[in-house]
Amino acid sequence: MNISKKEYAQLANRYSAPSKLYITVPKAFAIGGLICCIGQFFTDLYLMIGNDIDTASAYTSITLVLISALLTGFGQYERIAKHAGAGTLVPITGFANAVVSPALEFKTEGYILGTGAKMFIIAGPVIVYGIAAAFVYGIILFIISLFGG
Amino acid sequence: MAKLISEGTIELDRGVSVYSCAAAVGKMESDGPLGNCFDYAAEGAELGLTTWEKAESTFQQYAFDIALRKGKLIKEDISFIFAGDLLNQCTGSAYGLRDTDISFIGLYGACSTMAESLAMASLFADMRLGEYFAAVTSSHFCSAERQFRFPINYGGVRPPTAQWTATGAGCCITSVAEKPPYVKRVTIGKITDMGIKDANNMGAAMAGAAYDTIKRHLLATKTTPDDYDVIYTGDLGQVGTDLMCELFRRDGIEIEPKHKDCGLMLYDREKQDVHAGGSGCGCSASVLCGHILPQIAEGKLHKVLFAATGALMSTTIVQQGESIPGISHLVEISDTL
Amino acid sequence: MQYLWAFLVGGALCAIGQLLIDLTKLTPARILVAYVVSGVILGATGLYQPLVDFAGAGASVPLTGFGNLLAKGMRKAIEKDGFLGIFTGGFTACSAGVTAAMIFGLAVSLIFNRTDRTRQE
Repeated sequence: MNISKKEYAQLANRYSAPSKLYITVPKAFAIGGLICCIGQFFTDLYLMIGNDIDTASAYTSITLVLISALLTGFGQYERIAKHAGAGTLVPITGFANAVVSPALEFKTEGYILGTGAKMFIIAGPVIVYGIAAAFVYGIILFIISLFGG
Repeated sequence: MAKLISEGTIELDRGVSVYSCAAAVGKMESDGPLGNCFDYAAEGAELGLTTWEKAESTFQQYAFDIALRKGKLIKEDISFIFAGDLLNQCTGSAYGLRDTDISFIGLYGACSTMAESLAMASLFADMRLGEYFAAVTSSHFCSAERQFRFPINYGGVRPPTAQWTATGAGCCITSVAEKPPYVKRVTIGKITDMGIKDANNMGAAMAGAAYDTIKRHLLATKTTPDDYDVIYTGDLGQVGTDLMCELFRRDGIEIEPKHKDCGLMLYDREKQDVHAGGSGCGCSASVLCGHILPQIAEGKLHKVLFAATGALMSTTIVQQGESIPGISHLVEISDTL
Repeated sequence: MQYLWAFLVGGALCAIGQLLIDLTKLTPARILVAYVVSGVILGATGLYQPLVDFAGAGASVPLTGFGNLLAKGMRKAIEKDGFLGIFTGGFTACSAGVTAAMIFGLAVSLIFNRTDRTRQE
C-alpha cells in the first residue's frame, strides 16, 4: 500500500462530505421546537381541565408517546426524522419511536423473543443510565439527609 | 487450462463465457437510471411475503430462475452453484436455493460476492467440472438494515457518508461456449485493512482493497486503464471512489476517466435519498447482470474490469472497536476470445 | 408567549443534539444517554427546574426533561420513604412515559405491519 493508515485516515476525512450544518441544525431546531409547542398545547389543555402541573406534564408525555407510536406504526415517523434529525430524536417522541420501532420490526421473530425481548434494544441504555444517575443522586441525597436532617 | 500468471491472478484460456445472466431488483432500483435494464423489477421490496429475509431469498430465486430461462436451461443442467449474501450464516442464499437440488458452495465475500462467485464459477467451467455453473448473490435493504443497523421504522440519522443497501439479486451462468461475454482473467483479492472504524463509511474502508486488486491486475497483465473500456468497482460510493482515484493518482495512474462505480450508477443521487450511493451484494450484481454483461454481449463494450468490493465486518466486531477490513475480487470480461 | 419560549428552548435543545451528531462521532443512542444523564445532573443541582418553569414543555419534552423528572422523583421518594426511596424514586418518576411507550409499542406491534421503506424514497 502506498499510504500509511494515518495519512489514509486524513484523506478519508477530507473526502467524507460533512453534514450541511446550515440545513440540518435549523431543521432540527424548527421541528424540535414545534414538537415542544405541541407538548405545550396539551399541557395547557390538561391544566385547563383542572390538573396540577405535574399531572398535566405526565399526561402530556403519555399523549406525545401515543402520537409518536401511531406515526411509527403508519411508517411516518422516520420520514419526518429523515429531515428533522435530532429534532425528532431528542424529544420524548424520539424515545417512543425507539421503543415502538423494534417492537414492530422484530415481531417476525415472535411476540416473546422478538417484540418483547428486543423492544428496548435502542432505548434500553437511556433507562439504564437515567435510573443509574438518579440512583447515585439518591444515595447522595440520603447521606445528606442523615447528617443534615 | 487456467494458469496462475501472477500472485492471485489467474488466466483462463478455454473460452469460458457468461452463458446467461439475470438481475431481479426492487422498486427503488428500477426507479433509478438503469431502471429499464433489469429482467425483473418488483413493485416493492416485500414481494408479498411475511419477512424481509424470505423476500431476499425470493429475489435470489427469481434471478436464478430467469437466468436459466434466458439460457434455455433447466436446473438439472447446472453442476455447481456458488452463492452468498449479507445475512447471518448466508441464509439468504441457503433458503433461496434450498429447493434447487444442485451441489451448493456457499461463499462469503460481503458485497464482493458477485465477483467472487463469478470467478469461482468461471474457474470450475475452465476445469470442465461439468457443463454449466451458476454464480448467485443478493442483498435487501430491509433485511440488511435490521441486521446491521436499526429497525426500518426507527428515525435514526444517517450521515452523508452512509450508503444504501440495494434490494436485488443477480445470477450469472458460466460455461465453455463460443459466445461472448468471455471471462478472460480473474484476480482474487487480499484482505486489506485501511484502519477505518466508522461503519457508516464503508466506501472508505473498501477503497484500499479495490486499489490493491486493480493495481495487481494491471501489473500482472501489463496493462493500463486505457486498455479497458471501463473499470467498474462494486459499491465504493462517492467517498470510496474519490479515495481510490486518489490512491492511483499517487502512483501516477489516472484511473478516473475510465472508472465507474456500480453504487453510483444504480441510483439517482439527486432524486433518491441514498447519501453516498448504493451498496450490498445486490448492487454490483444487478448492475453486472442487468447492464454490464448485456452491453458486452451487444458489442457496445469490448473489454472491462469488474472489481466488486466488500467490507468483511460484523456488527459485534465493529462495536468492539476493531477496524473494518475490505476485500475486492476482480473479473476481466471481454467480447473476444 | 409561553409558546414562543417553548419553541425556542425546545428547538435549541434539539439543535445542540444535531450539532453533536454532525460534529462528533457520537451515535444517536449515546446522545440520548448523554441527554438523560445531563438532565439528572442539572435537575439534581436545581439548575433545570427554573428552565421548566420558564419554558414549560420546551424544557420538559426533550429528554433532559426526562432526566430532571428522575431527579425530582428521587427527591420526593427519599423525603417520603427514606432509604427505600433510593430504589423506588427513579422508576416511579418515569413510569408514565415508560409504561406508555411499552404499552403503545406492544399495541402497535399487534395492530400494524412493518412498512416497506424502499417504496417511500
